[in-house]
Amino acid sequence: MTHPTDPLMRWDDVLAGFDPVLGLEVHVELGTQTKMFCGCRTEFGAAPNTQTCPTCLALPGALPVVNAVAVESAVRLGLALNCSIASWCRFARKNYFYPDMPKNYQVSQYDEPIAYGGWLDVEVPTPDGPRIHRIEIERAHMEEDTGKSSHVGGETGRIQGAEYSLVDYNRAGIPLIEVVTKPIEGIGALAPELARAFVGELRALVVALGISDAHMHQGSLRCDVNLSLRRTRVDELGTRSETKNVNSLRSVARAVRYEMQRQGALLEAGGRVVQETRHWHEDTGVTTSGRSKEQAEDYRYFPEPDLVPVAPDAAWVEELRSALPEMPADRRRRLQADWGVSDLEMTAVLNADALAVIEATIADGADPAAARKWWMGELARLANERDVELGQLGIFPADVARVIALVEAGTLTDTMARAVVDGVLAGEGSPDDVVTGRGLQVVGDDVSLLAAIDEAVAANPDVVEKIRAGKVTAAGVIVGAVMKATRGQADAARVRELLMAKLGV
Amino acid sequence: MPAITPEEVAHLAVLARLDLPAEHLARLRAELDIILESVATVSEVAADDIPPTSHPLPLTNVFRADVVQPSLTAEQALSAAPATESGRFRVPRILDDES
Amino acid sequence: MTESTDLTRMTAARLASVVATGDASAVEVAQAHLDRITAVDAAVHAFLHVDTAGALAAAGAVDAARAAGGAAALGPLAGVPLALKDVLTMEGIPTTCGSKILEGWRPAYDATVTRRLKEAGVVILGKTNMDEFAMGSSTEHSAYGPTHNPWDLTRIPGGSGGGSAAAVASYEAPLAIGTDTGGSIRQPAAVTGTVGIKPTYGGVSRYGLVALASSLDQAGPCARTVLDAALLHAVIAGHDPLDSTSIDLPVPPVVEAARHPDVRGMRVGVVRELTGDGYQAGVQQRFDESVALLEELGAEVVEVSCPHFPYALAAYYLILPSECSSNLAKFDGMRFGLRAGDDGTRSVEEVMGRTRATGFGDEAIRRIMLGTYALSAGYYDAYYGSAQKVRTLVTRDFAAAFEQVDVLVSPTAPTTAFKLGAKLDDPLAMYLNDVATIPANLAGTPGLSLPIGLAPEDGLPVGLQVMAPVLADHLLYRVGGALEAAMLDRWGAPILDGAPAL
Ligand SMILES: [Mg+2]
Ligand SMILES: [Zn+2]
Repeated sequence: MTHPTDPLMRWDDVLAGFDPVLGLEVHVELGTQTKMFCGCRTEFGAAPNTQTCPTCLALPGALPVVNAVAVESAVRLGLALNCSIASWCRFARKNYFYPDMPKNYQVSQYDEPIAYGGWLDVEVPTPDGPRIHRIEIERAHMEEDTGKSSHVGGETGRIQGAEYSLVDYNRAGIPLIEVVTKPIEGIGALAPELARAFVGELRALVVALGISDAHMHQGSLRCDVNLSLRRTRVDELGTRSETKNVNSLRSVARAVRYEMQRQGALLEAGGRVVQETRHWHEDTGVTTSGRSKEQAEDYRYFPEPDLVPVAPDAAWVEELRSALPEMPADRRRRLQADWGVSDLEMTAVLNADALAVIEATIADGADPAAARKWWMGELARLANERDVELGQLGIFPADVARVIALVEAGTLTDTMARAVVDGVLAGEGSPDDVVTGRGLQVVGDDVSLLAAIDEAVAANPDVVEKIRAGKVTAAGVIVGAVMKATRGQADAARVRELLMAKLGV
Repeated sequence: MPAITPEEVAHLAVLARLDLPAEHLARLRAELDIILESVATVSEVAADDIPPTSHPLPLTNVFRADVVQPSLTAEQALSAAPATESGRFRVPRILDDES
Repeated sequence: MTESTDLTRMTAARLASVVATGDASAVEVAQAHLDRITAVDAAVHAFLHVDTAGALAAAGAVDAARAAGGAAALGPLAGVPLALKDVLTMEGIPTTCGSKILEGWRPAYDATVTRRLKEAGVVILGKTNMDEFAMGSSTEHSAYGPTHNPWDLTRIPGGSGGGSAAAVASYEAPLAIGTDTGGSIRQPAAVTGTVGIKPTYGGVSRYGLVALASSLDQAGPCARTVLDAALLHAVIAGHDPLDSTSIDLPVPPVVEAARHPDVRGMRVGVVRELTGDGYQAGVQQRFDESVALLEELGAEVVEVSCPHFPYALAAYYLILPSECSSNLAKFDGMRFGLRAGDDGTRSVEEVMGRTRATGFGDEAIRRIMLGTYALSAGYYDAYYGSAQKVRTLVTRDFAAAFEQVDVLVSPTAPTTAFKLGAKLDDPLAMYLNDVATIPANLAGTPGLSLPIGLAPEDGLPVGLQVMAPVLADHLLYRVGGALEAAMLDRWGAPILDGAPAL
C-alpha cells in the first residue's frame, strides 16, 4: 500500500534544530468478564453483534450500570502509577456523532478523573548505558470502547473511497482506562525509545496487575502519540499532531521518530504544523493526515446523569494499595539478580518478552540458565518461525521444565529434546507422552551399546587402526555408525567413552 | 449575553446533525435568541460559592458485579436496523475519519 | 352516593375487588374499557396504539389465576386496565414517544415499570399519546396529532402526558402511567380534573423509559382518585438494579397514607412565589379556598418563601435541553428507527442529518439546538453551569421550607386548559405552564396534583399541587386524600362527574 509521502528531515538535523515535546495517551482495554456498563461478554473474536444488548446498542430506554471490577482496576492502576485517587468523581458524556459509537456520546471522565498526578519510572537504553527516566502521569480515567467498522468497496478495507461500512458493536462498551502523560520535554534523541519504553513499562504494569491481557496486536492496548517540535532555544511551543492507534512497541518508537522528521522538514521549509489527527501505517512506516481538528470538535462534556458519582472509600483504596503486586521494575531487578545475568542478557530477555515464561519455567524446577537457553534459543526460533508471541507458542513452562529435567537426567539428548518439543507443539501430549509415543530415549544399557560398537569396529578395521595410531578424530566415524544403528537414540558421548575404553586409548 | 449569530446556529446544526433548510435555521435563530435571553437570568444568582448540582439525589457508588448476563442474539440486535449485511449494521460511507 | 355498575366508571380499587370477588371477570372489565375506547377515542385521541389482543390475553390470565388460586392469588390491582404512556417500552408493542423518528419501532424488552405492571396482573390496554419525547405541555407536539381534553375537545389536555390524563378523564382507563420531567404528570392531571403524582426521583425505575432529561425524568401514576394513584404507585415503585439512580430503600407507605388521610396537626406551607401574578383568577380562587379547607381540616397553614423558585424555569430550560440534546443523539437512523435520505451516494453524516431533521418535530429540534448551545465550549459556564447552581439553590429552598413545614402547596398550573393552538407558536408562553411544577423536578422531590374544583370563569378543572420532601411521598397522599374526601363531602360527587359525556 502506498501513501503520499511527506518530506523528512535528516534525524541529526532534527535534533540539532528542534526539541521534541512528547505526550502519550494509552488506552488499556480491561480484561473484565463483562462490559463497562452492561453484562455483555467481552470475548475477542466472537461473531459480530453477538455480544450486545439494549444498553451497549443504545436502544431507547436502556440504562448503564458501572462494572465494579472496572472501577477497582482503575484504582489499582492509578495506585501503581503513583497517582492520587479521587475521593469523589463523576463520569461525563463526550458528545460527538460517529457510527461506531451507538449513543453518539462516549461515557468517559472529563475534569474529574478517578486517578491523577502520578509517575512511572522507565528505563531507556542510551550509549552510556541504561538510564531511568521519570514520566509524569497527568491522569488515568475510565471510559468505554467503541464498536468496529469495516469498510466495503473502494480500496480494500480503507475508509477513504469506501461505498459503505459495516458495524459490529461487540467491542462497544468494553471498559477502557486511558492513561495520559504530562508533556515529556528535554529528551531530544531519546524521544522514540522513551515513548517505546513507557508503553512497554505500562504494558508490563497492566499485566502484573492482571487487569488486561495488553495484547497490542489485538488492540487491547493502544497508544496515541502526541508530538510537537519547538525550535531549540526558542521558548514557544509548536503545534502538535496526534497520531492514533500505534499498536506495537516498535511502532511507537518509529512513529515518534517519523513525526519528528516530518515536522522538522515542514518547519524548516517555512511550513506550519497543523493540529490534526494522523494515522500510523504499520506497513509503510508513515503517518498520514486524518481528520483536521482545525474546526475544533466541541465535545460538550457534561456530567453523566444516568450514573451516580464514584466515591472510593479511603480504607478500600488503602487495602488495594497494600495488595498491589510487585512492580515490574522491582521484579526485573530481583530476577536478574537471582539468575545472575548481565544487563545485556536481561535486555534480550525483555525484548523477547520472555521474562514471564522463563520465570515460570524456573518455578517449575528448571535451572535458570537452561530455562533461559531454551526460551531464548530454540523456542524463540520456533515462535519467530510461526510468527506468534512466546506465550502463544503452545508449550507451557511446565513442559519446558520437564524437557530440561529429562535432559539433565540423561534420558534425552539435546537433539531428542528438540524432537520432544516438536511433539508437544504438534499436539502429541506432554513431554513424557511424546517420549513414549516416539520411542525417544537414550539407550541407557551399555551392553547393547557395546554390541553395536563391536559391530561397527568389526566393519571398520582401517578406521580402528587410525584411532589406535593416535588420530582420535577418526572416532567420529565409529560413533556415527553406532548412532545410525541405534536410530539416534544413543548418547553419543557415552558411545565415544565406551569406544575409547574398548580400544584402550 | 451575546445574541446568537446565524453562523453559530449553522454550526450548532452541524454539531447536532440536523440538516435543516435555511429558513428553518433563520426561524430557530430568532427563537433561540428569545429563549436564551429569558434563561440568561440564571447567571443572576449563580454565585461562585454555589456548588453545581448534576444529580438530584446524593447517591454514590452504585455498581454491578462483573457477571455475564445474556446478550441479545445477532438477529435480535439487528432486528430494528434500517440496513444490515453479514451480521453487521450497514451504514452509509463515513466521511469524517474519527477512529 | 350510589355506586355505578358501569365498569368504566369504577375506581381501580373497586374494579380490583370486583375482579377478586368474581362479580365481573377481568376480561369483562378489559372489554368494557376497550369498548369505551372504541366509542370515544376518535374524539379524544388519547391512544396511539390499542393492544386489544394483548389486553384480553392479560385479563384472561388474571381470570385463570383467580380460578386456580382464588382471590388470594391476585395482587391489589390484578385485572385493572391501564393506559401506558408511549415513552415506556413494552415488548413487541410499538413505542414511538410521539415521534416520527421511532415510527414502527417495537422494542424487544419491557421497561421495569411495564414488567412490574404485568407481574401485578394490571391489564395494559395500549400506549398513550404524548408530546414528542415528552417535550411540551399540551400534547400538540405529538407527531401523531394532538389529544383533546375530555372537558372541552377544543382544548389541550396538558402535556406531555396528555394522552394518559385524557384516557383516565374520559373513562377509557381507570389508571395510566405518566412521566414527569417538568410537570408532565401533574399539569395534565390539573387541566383534566384527575390525580397525578411525580414520585421522588429514583423512586420508580427509569429503565425502559426513553430518556428526555435523565436527571429530571420520573414515571408515576395517573388516576381518578388519590387511593387509586397510591395503589398504582406501590406497584411500580421500588429499587431496580438496572437503574443506577434508583433508590435502594423501602417504598414510602403510600397506600397506608391514602387509606388514612388526615392533615390534623400537619404544617402546610403556601409557596409565596407560586401564587398571585400570572395565575388565572379562578385558579387562584379555588386554590385559596382549598388552603382554607386544609385549615378547617386541622392543618396549620403558613406562608413560606422559596426565593429561588422564580429562577427554576430558566434553569430547567437549560438543563433539560442540554441533557436532551445528548439523550436524543442516539436517534440517528443507524441501528433502529427512521433512516432518511440513504440513496447510496450520501455519506453517513448527511444521512444522519437528514434523518434527524426529518424525524424530529419543531420542538424537539428547538430543544436539541438550545441544549447544544448551552453545553458548547464558551457558553457552558454561563448557561449549563449556572443552571446547575440554580438547581442547588432551589434544592436549598426546599430544604429550608421543609424545616418549617411538612408539605408545600401551590396551584399546579397557572391556568386552566387553554385552546388547542393558542400557544403553539410561542415557546416561552408554553414553557410557563410548568412554572409551578418544575422546582420539584430540579430538587428530585415528589409532587402531587389533585382536582380542587372548576374555575368559575370557564368551568374547567383546577389542580392543587402538594410537594413533600424526598422520600416523603406518603405525605402527598395524606394531604391529597384528606382534601379529596373533604371536597367529595362538600360537592357530593367527584369533580369528573361534571365533565360532559362524550
Ligand atoms: Mg479517551
Ligand atoms: Zn451490552
